[in-house]
Amino acid sequence: MLAADDGARVIAGGQTLVPLMAMRRARPSRLIDIARIPGLAYIRDQGKEIAIGATTRQCVVERDAVVRAKLPLLAKVMPFVGHTATRARGTVGGSIVNGDAAAEIILVAVTLGATLVWRDGGSDNAVAASDFFLGPMVTALPLTACFAEARFPVWSETRVGVGFHEINARQSDFAFVSAAAQIALDGEGRCTRAAIGIGAATAVPLRLHAVADDLKGQRYDEAAVRKSLTAALDGIEAMADLHASAAYRKRVAVTIAVRAIADAFADAARRP
Amino acid sequence: MKVELDINREKHEVDVEPRMSLLDCLRDKLLLTGAHAGCEHGVCGACTVLVDGAAVRSCLMFAVQADGYVITTIERIAPGPGELSPLQDAFCETHGMQCGYCTPAMILAAHALLSKNTAPTREEIVDAISGNICRCTGYAQIVEAIALAAERMRGQNIMANEP
Repeated sequence: MLAADDGARVIAGGQTLVPLMAMRRARPSRLIDIARIPGLAYIRDQGKEIAIGATTRQCVVERDAVVRAKLPLLAKVMPFVGHTATRARGTVGGSIVNGDAAAEIILVAVTLGATLVWRDGGSDNAVAASDFFLGPMVTALPLTACFAEARFPVWSETRVGVGFHEINARQSDFAFVSAAAQIALDGEGRCTRAAIGIGAATAVPLRLHAVADDLKGQRYDEAAVRKSLTAALDGIEAMADLHASAAYRKRVAVTIAVRAIADAFADAARRP
Repeated sequence: MKVELDINREKHEVDVEPRMSLLDCLRDKLLLTGAHAGCEHGVCGACTVLVDGAAVRSCLMFAVQADGYVITTIERIAPGPGELSPLQDAFCETHGMQCGYCTPAMILAAHALLSKNTAPTREEIVDAISGNICRCTGYAQIVEAIALAAERMRGQNIMANEP
C-alpha cells in the first residue's frame, strides 16, 4: 500500500503523527492504521536480546516484568516518555521512526546498540541503531517500508545498574538534554562494562564509547568521570533553539551525564 | 466512513470523514461537549477521554479508529441526574475548578489514576495530571481534590473503576 501511494503514511499510536498533521507539517493523502494488526505487538525474550514489536504500546512496555528485569535502562526511561495519556496510545515503533533526538526510547536504542528491523516489499532489513538515526527527525527507514521490530541487547552481567536524567521545561515534555548510563560492576565495585548516551543535545543521540572505555576497571570517581565527559563532548555540535543554546546543552550534558553515571554505579552497587 | 462507537455504554453509529478526530466527533456529531478543544495537537490534555479505562487524548485519535473500545466521557461520571461522583464533589469542595475548561479532563485523568491506585501519593497525583494544563487554579486545589476524593472513596468502599 505504501509503494502504491507515495502520499500514504503508516499510523499506529498517532501521538507524533497526528500533532504534525494538526500543524499541517505532515499532509498524508492516506493513513494506513497498523495499530491493531495482530502479530505486530509483542515483547519476546530471545535470551541475548529482547525483541519488541513495532506497535507495542508504550504503556505495555512501561509495565512489563521482562523489560524491568532484563532491560533496566528501558524500564527506567519509560515514565519519562511523554505523558500517561500519550503512553496509552503511543508505540515503541512510532517513537523510533519519528526519529526525534530527544526521544528517550531512541536514546536507549543508541546507548545499548539496539538492532532495528523494518519490512519492505516482503523482506526484512536489520540495521544497528547507530546507522538508523541520520538527523533531526530523519531516519534510514525507506518511504515504502514499515518498521517491524526493535531488538535490545540484554546484559548477562549480574551487577547491572542504570541511571537517566533529562532537563525539560515541564516534566515529560521534550527534553533539552538527556543522559543515560548502564554500568556493570564486579564484586569490588569496579566497572566491567559501560554504555553511556546523550540525547536531545545533538541532531542524533550520541553513544559515548570513549567515556565507556575510560570507566572500565575504575571505581566511581566524579572528577575523573567529569573530565572524561568534558573531553568527549568538547567537539560536538550541539543544537541551539528557542529552548536552549548550544553552549547550555553542552554544559548541561556533562552535568547530567555525571549524575546518570553516578546513579548507575550506585544502582549496580546495590545488587548482590 | 461509517463507524460504530461504544460511548458511555451506548452504541452509536456515525458516518464521518476519515479525517474527523474523535474529539470533533464527540462534540459535533454526538453533542458530548464535555471534552474540550484546547490545543488540538496533543499538548494540553483538555480533550481527555477514557479509552478502555485509560486516559487518552481524543484530539489525537480519529473517530474511525475508535471502534472496538469502551469509551467513557465526562458525561458518564456522575452517578445519576443531579448527583455528583465523589471526585466531582471533591473538586467543588476544594475549589479545584474555576473556569472549568480543563476540569472534565482533570477529572477523567484522576478517575483513571484512582481506578488503578486507590491511595496515590502526592507525587503520583501530580504525575497523573502532568499532561493536563490548567491556567486558572495553579493546580494545588486540583491535587487536593483528587487526594480528598481518594481518601473518601477508600473509606466508602466505592468501586473506583466504575462505570
